[in-house]
Amino acid sequence: MFEVLESRMIVPNMHQLVFDAPAVAKAAQPGQFIIVRAEEDGERIPLSLSDWDAERGTVTAIVMNAGNTTSKIAALETGSRVPTVVGPLGNASEIDKFGSVVCLCGCYGIGSIYPVARALKAKGNTVYTIIEGRSSYLLYWEDKLRAVSDGIAHITRDGTIGFKGHVSRLGEVMASFNDRIDRVVINGCTLLMKRGSDETRSMGIKTIANLNPIMIDGTGMCGVCRVTVGKTTKFACVDGPDFDAHEVDWEELFQRRKSYVPEEARPLRTSRSEKHKCRSMKAGA
Amino acid sequence: MADKKKKKKALDLDRRGMPKQPVDVRIRNFDEVALGYTEQLAIEEAKRCLVCKKPKCVKNCPVEIDIGAFMNVVAEGDFAAGVRILKEKNLLPAVCGRVCPQEDQCEMECALVKKKGELAIGRVERFLADWEATQDEIEVPEIPPSTGRRVAVVGGGPAGLTVAGDLIRQGHGVTIFEALHEMGGVLIYGIPEFRLPKRIVKREINYLARLGVEMITDFVIGKTRTIDSLLEEFDAVFIGSGAGLPWFMDIPGENLNGVYSANEYLTRMNLMKGYKFPDSGTPITNHKRVAVIGGGNVAMDCARTALRLGADTHIIYRRSTEELPARLEEIENAEEEGVVFQLLTLPLRYIGDERGWVKEIECLRMELGEPDASGRRRPIPIEGSETIMPFDAVICAIGNSPNPLIAQTTPGLRIGRKGNIETDDETGKTSKDRVWAGGDVATGAATVILAMGAGRKAARSIHDYLSSLPPPKSSAMG
Ligand SMILES: Cc1cc2nc3c(=O)[nH]c(=O)nc-3n(C[C@H](O)[C@H](O)[C@H](O)COP(=O)(O)OP(=O)(O)OC[C@H]3O[C@@H](n4cnc5c(N)ncnc54)[C@H](O)[C@@H]3O)c2cc1C
Ligand SMILES: Cc1cc2nc3c(=O)[nH]c(=O)nc-3n(C[C@H](O)[C@H](O)[C@H](O)COP(=O)(O)OP(=O)(O)OC[C@H]3O[C@@H](n4cnc5c(N)ncnc54)[C@H](O)[C@@H]3O)c2cc1C
Ligand code: SF4
Ligand code: SF4
Ligand code: FES
Repeated sequence: MFEVLESRMIVPNMHQLVFDAPAVAKAAQPGQFIIVRAEEDGERIPLSLSDWDAERGTVTAIVMNAGNTTSKIAALETGSRVPTVVGPLGNASEIDKFGSVVCLCGCYGIGSIYPVARALKAKGNTVYTIIEGRSSYLLYWEDKLRAVSDGIAHITRDGTIGFKGHVSRLGEVMASFNDRIDRVVINGCTLLMKRGSDETRSMGIKTIANLNPIMIDGTGMCGVCRVTVGKTTKFACVDGPDFDAHEVDWEELFQRRKSYVPEEARPLRTSRSEKHKCRSMKAGA
Repeated sequence: MADKKKKKKALDLDRRGMPKQPVDVRIRNFDEVALGYTEQLAIEEAKRCLVCKKPKCVKNCPVEIDIGAFMNVVAEGDFAAGVRILKEKNLLPAVCGRVCPQEDQCEMECALVKKKGELAIGRVERFLADWEATQDEIEVPEIPPSTGRRVAVVGGGPAGLTVAGDLIRQGHGVTIFEALHEMGGVLIYGIPEFRLPKRIVKREINYLARLGVEMITDFVIGKTRTIDSLLEEFDAVFIGSGAGLPWFMDIPGENLNGVYSANEYLTRMNLMKGYKFPDSGTPITNHKRVAVIGGGNVAMDCARTALRLGADTHIIYRRSTEELPARLEEIENAEEEGVVFQLLTLPLRYIGDERGWVKEIECLRMELGEPDASGRRRPIPIEGSETIMPFDAVICAIGNSPNPLIAQTTPGLRIGRKGNIETDDETGKTSKDRVWAGGDVATGAATVILAMGAGRKAARSIHDYLSSLPPPKSSAMG
């Protein structure tokens, strides 16, 4: 059993959880994830590592309440226990001296990109962070991100902060940094990652996305996390989750993520959950 | 099956039949199909044993159980004595009695095979183990004083459990690290409830816990910690991580929704209890027409699971009945339950609907040609025999190989061509100092009893090594 040391909603529908998991904390690296079960007989779901403290033995995840299991995780109280926190799984993000790197994030990815940005900065890169969301009141961790970024920008659909509109404005936002960008890293909902990579493809900038297909074991055993990257099938949990975004078959990823939508609706009809509002999630992301 | 079955029928003379759930009932539940011998049947069957002087049965049992001896005592109704004889050699008799491919092992060359029908060794073994479970106090052997030595076991499948059981009884400390949230390996996540009830596996695992084996679940070696880091803390490491990486055929349409690996399908059902959804958290889709690709035990398990969820289920296998690698009993059970066998058939591609779900399979018919390297007749495609069949799900059960996580993170470990860890046949030693391995991770996907046999050999070698060391300084003795 793993103790929940902290559980709180940080912005509407987005929950910050800190678990006591010393072995995971000791081995954690940016870009990796954990698998959590909220209760016995519960589903195993992957959550990115948004932060960790090897000394205290804790790991932090940002959870978007999106459905059956995430609503149970969101409802966990500080001091409660969960049966499974396993990891760190997946490969660490590639951290090297690339030059100037843009970290584009939205949804839970605002949290999960933080350790990536921190590591890129520590490696000597110039780091620009772009936070995307529906409205300013849904954004979080601005201070943490600012502390590891050379520049920060926002895109909100309602224009309450930063650029108004969609990721389609990525080009203009990046231009506002007045720098030549060598690499883009995107974390968050599938739609954000796809649209973001569509933009950077035409700019010819190498782009890495942290993919989020359905998973069960997270160790290469079940194959449900198959994604097509550059025409070959990869298991996102062991070959990724970071991949070259321009090589990913996004349509297939959208489709595969919808595999269990009819079934997952069943328990939701009987158990109440906060209705999630992120539009990209509705599109199956 | 016809041929395998004919052979069987002719031999099944005196052998006491296995009571089973009636077909029309069992296809609607997940309870165990075979109900097990009664005391009466077990005694009658045991009495048939000739207690041969040079028993072929013992030679053909990978862990060399003294079969004549336990039949002898069972014939007299002394079940407790029978259990003791079994447990000397086999840590998991309730499991082996159920899932060993006896027709290829202990029962294959039984002296009774020709005239009266081979002795039903597995069934009597199962009876004894189940009888023991009904007794109040399960005997726990006395554990010698602690040697102060500690062994890490990677993987809680049959290989790892055997190593743990053998070493703890020598007084060594044992810790098992298991990646999943439950111990048991394939016995828990793969083989379905109707063939091997999970409570039986859990009982055996509890027994090990009572002996003092420490079990840490949700811990992935190669990720949470490396083998090298374990070697800093433990005197020896045994790797029994199995062959859990599923193969796909690399044909068009394999990533459509509704195409599963056997591991995914069985894990959703068994480990995650998908058949109880939504009471359990993990969903499984109720398909109408399911194709299972492959002909081994894994394929039979998938097919019989899909059938129980109400699907019209077909096995698609590219060779003929004779080559079906599954246990005879499971082939028969599958056939009885209504699984359709489409033999000499090879899938070419999966065709999807506009929503990305599989809806059809294009197949090619095959005929048998000359024997290939494996001695089996090679299937040859019949030109122009392509056909398209409607299916709304496909389960790919064509094989597994060892997961590369440990190989990739352990310098100095020699890995074979197929991703298997290379070991010495007799000792289970790997190329890396203080590291042993065995079971499916060394051999590729094999059987429960072979994994246990490998565990036993490795445990012996590990014990020899630990005994050769000077007493530990920390003096945790006694
Ligand atoms: C590597 C990785 C990292 C992730 N990191 C985070 C994170 O840090 N924070 C966060 O909030 N979410 C993260 N996700 C997504 C998260 O796992 C899913 O939102 C969650 O599993 C949904 O479960 P549910 O039962 O609440 O929703 P459901 O009602 O089951 O489904 C909602 C949607 O989530 C997707 N989904 C369902 N089950 C799974 C599953 N087992 N694995 C992946 N996706 C699934 C489906 O596409 C479905 O449409 C990550 C996913 C992956 C693969
Ligand atoms: C569906 C199915 C049906 C079968 N039917 C039969 C049958 O009827 N008769 C028969 O004799 N055999 C059968 N087999 C084969 C048999 O189950 C295997 O040969 C046997 O379980 C191998 O044992 P093992 O201990 O080597 O590996 P496994 O049972 O595979 O156990 C390995 C364990 O190691 C864990 N692990 C893997 N990697 C790591 C890691 N990095 N860190 C920590 N833990 C890890 C895994 O999660 C697993 O629990 C069947 C197999 C399947 C899949
Ligand atoms: S362990 Fe398996 S092979 Fe050996 S006697 Fe028992 S059933 Fe037969
Ligand atoms: S070979 Fe057959 S008859 Fe002879 S001891 Fe073994 S089981 Fe009994
Ligand atoms: S999650 Fe099972 S193989 Fe990736």
